[in-house]
Amino acid sequence: MEAPVEKPNSRRSFLKSAGSLSISSLLGTAALMTMSDDARANMEWAEWFQGNYRLMSEEEKALARARLERRYSREYGKKVVVDGTPAQEGVLMGYALNIKKCIGCRRCAKACVEENNQSRGKDQEIEWIRVLKMEKGEFSQEKMNQGYPEGLGIQVGGNAYTPVGDVLEGEHYYQPDAVPEKDAAYMPIACMQCEKPPCVKVCPVRTTYREADGPVVIDYNWCIGCRMCMSACPYWARRFNWSDPNLPKEAMNPVTHYLGNRPRMKGVVEKCTFCIQRSRQGRYPACVEVCPTGARKFGNLLDPNSEVSRIIARKNVFRLKAELNTFPKFFYFMD
Amino acid sequence: MDKLKRFAVDYVTYVVKGSPAFYAWIAFLCLFILCLLYGTYLHAADGLRYTGLTDQVHDGLYLANFVFLVGIAAGAVTIVFPAYVYRHKGLHAVAVLGEMLAISAVLMCILFIISHMGRPDRLWHMLPIIGIYNLPHSMLAWDTLVLIGYMLLNFVGGFYFLYMKYTGQPLNKKFYLPLIYVSIVWALSIHTVTAFLLNTMPSRPMWHHSMLPIRFILTAFAAGPSLIILIFLLVRTRTRLWIDNSAIDLLATIITYCLGLSLFLTLSEVVTELYANTEHALGLQYLMFGVHGFTDLVPWFWGSLAACVAAFTILLRPSWRSNYRLLAVACALAFSGIWVEKGMGLLIPGFIPTPIGEFTQYLPTTLEIFVTLGNWALGFLILTVLLKGAIGILLGDIAYAKSPQGKTTSDAAGISATPELM
Repeated sequence: MEAPVEKPNSRRSFLKSAGSLSISSLLGTAALMTMSDDARANMEWAEWFQGNYRLMSEEEKALARARLERRYSREYGKKVVVDGTPAQEGVLMGYALNIKKCIGCRRCAKACVEENNQSRGKDQEIEWIRVLKMEKGEFSQEKMNQGYPEGLGIQVGGNAYTPVGDVLEGEHYYQPDAVPEKDAAYMPIACMQCEKPPCVKVCPVRTTYREADGPVVIDYNWCIGCRMCMSACPYWARRFNWSDPNLPKEAMNPVTHYLGNRPRMKGVVEKCTFCIQRSRQGRYPACVEVCPTGARKFGNLLDPNSEVSRIIARKNVFRLKAELNTFPKFFYFMD
Repeated sequence: MDKLKRFAVDYVTYVVKGSPAFYAWIAFLCLFILCLLYGTYLHAADGLRYTGLTDQVHDGLYLANFVFLVGIAAGAVTIVFPAYVYRHKGLHAVAVLGEMLAISAVLMCILFIISHMGRPDRLWHMLPIIGIYNLPHSMLAWDTLVLIGYMLLNFVGGFYFLYMKYTGQPLNKKFYLPLIYVSIVWALSIHTVTAFLLNTMPSRPMWHHSMLPIRFILTAFAAGPSLIILIFLLVRTRTRLWIDNSAIDLLATIITYCLGLSLFLTLSEVVTELYANTEHALGLQYLMFGVHGFTDLVPWFWGSLAACVAAFTILLRPSWRSNYRLLAVACALAFSGIWVEKGMGLLIPGFIPTPIGEFTQYLPTTLEIFVTLGNWALGFLILTVLLKGAIGILLGDIAYAKSPQGKTTSDAAGISATPELM
């Protein structure tokens, strides 16, 4: 068991020297201007005192990002960029997934982990994308006399009460020799980026919110770890950092966004953001880029000529658990 | 101001002095509080990794105890309500003990929430003005508001009463009575909002029904007075304060009604859910019988049901419930039965299966159990101290007239006046 990182002396001296300053931006400025031995402790304190990202002024946001860049660069031993590109006007990000084309290879899940700096390791693994494998049910002669309820056979002759066809309750720990497996269908899930997100509603401190261009994001520095959002999410899209994430230095992706893939800390919730660090720069999310079958499509829902808009206009499209009125921007379709 | 200072000094001096049994009890509690301190250190240093919680079942023992203790806090109103609205003499004499219980229960709720949170160091984010308070949307924000409000109401009401009794002044009814009436209604609100915290989430079908708030209130008004009766019986034997039989009998009647109704609601839920047996009933099915061979919670459910039915059977016969030995057994059964029902019986199966249909069992770790015991111990320490102080004042052991300054300054008329409202 490791002792917590603590520097009592530097903290005390910091408190002595900067005790009178209470505004977070001032703390940040002080920390950045004087990178003395106490700088690290100063920066941690400034980070601790900072406000909710959404409510910060542009200067405060820039300071908060600069502070993080210095901390991350030091921690991971490379130049880390924490981007703050805001939502662009006229953009509403949307996602469409062709469930007929998914072969269950889970390259998307792995690419997501690498792109988005998720925690790795046996007990600390976090994956934002889970692929559900759903076996096809079947009618069979052998079951003809089982009836319903099972064992009693009151309704003799019927055997369709077992799951037949694709059901949502799937297995996401499958370990096949090769994919796709016979008689299996795959249903990848991740955050649905709801237009009416239940998770945002229940958050007591408004640390998670919907950005103007669509994705639901989290200010990891403001999250208090109450996990109400995890209870409220009908898609099981949110993950909690039960400990300090295990993110190897060499594997860390240094191109980050404040609201996206920057390294998280223990005790906060995280989830898919449509790769906000990529998508706001006009790039595809990592899962779209890596998908070998082209099952994943991403684009601007407000642009009628974008791929997703065309899919929604022309294909059979559905959303998961539509009856809950969460209005996801993640659509499933089939050819 | 001087009187207030004396009150504080006298109160503290009285409370810290006690018999060897008292010190033994405090030492016993401190053992568990040490476990709590160690556990809290581990949580702060390494996060919640030493708990049995997972991304699938991410709320466990801590949140379950929080939910239960909100009920205990609300249950204190079963003393205050009859005492002040129906002017019940036996309860009126000890109503302040109910307020002390409410204060301790809310403090325990806060302790459990701190253990539950991933980042308790960021609790200030919830403070108005310097933080953000997501009103009116977040039920957790409402819950915090009503809980803190309830604690303050009971703190002000309880200690105002004790202070007036201490100084021998009559109560200012215009100040005190509105406070009491507001706190009575407020007590209902705290457990209602706690139920809303859970049942407003369609993602968890096990909780998503409108019966949850009333069931919470009924179980609270059974578990709360059960604890109160046990405390009253202890107070009668261990202190010189006599609590009238009528007070205990009324509380026993309240438990009988509420426990009976809550059993009826359990039955209603079982029939409603299992008759059609949709996928939304999987949580209940898992709880009652187990699903796919996962049966961890089955003994808890049936054990809790058996305890509640047994308690109800004892309470139902007036001749049995007026036998205080049997009554104590019934109260202990009801209290533990409802504790299981709200934790293992309601909170945990709400997460099983997950919204995507995954069954993950949850077993609290040793650390979690000791942190839980530690939180209870700290709560009981607070409760012991508050009850001891209140009883000392009710008995007249702590009084301004008895303190060295009081003897010289107070006049005889002031001493004899007692804060009676009846």
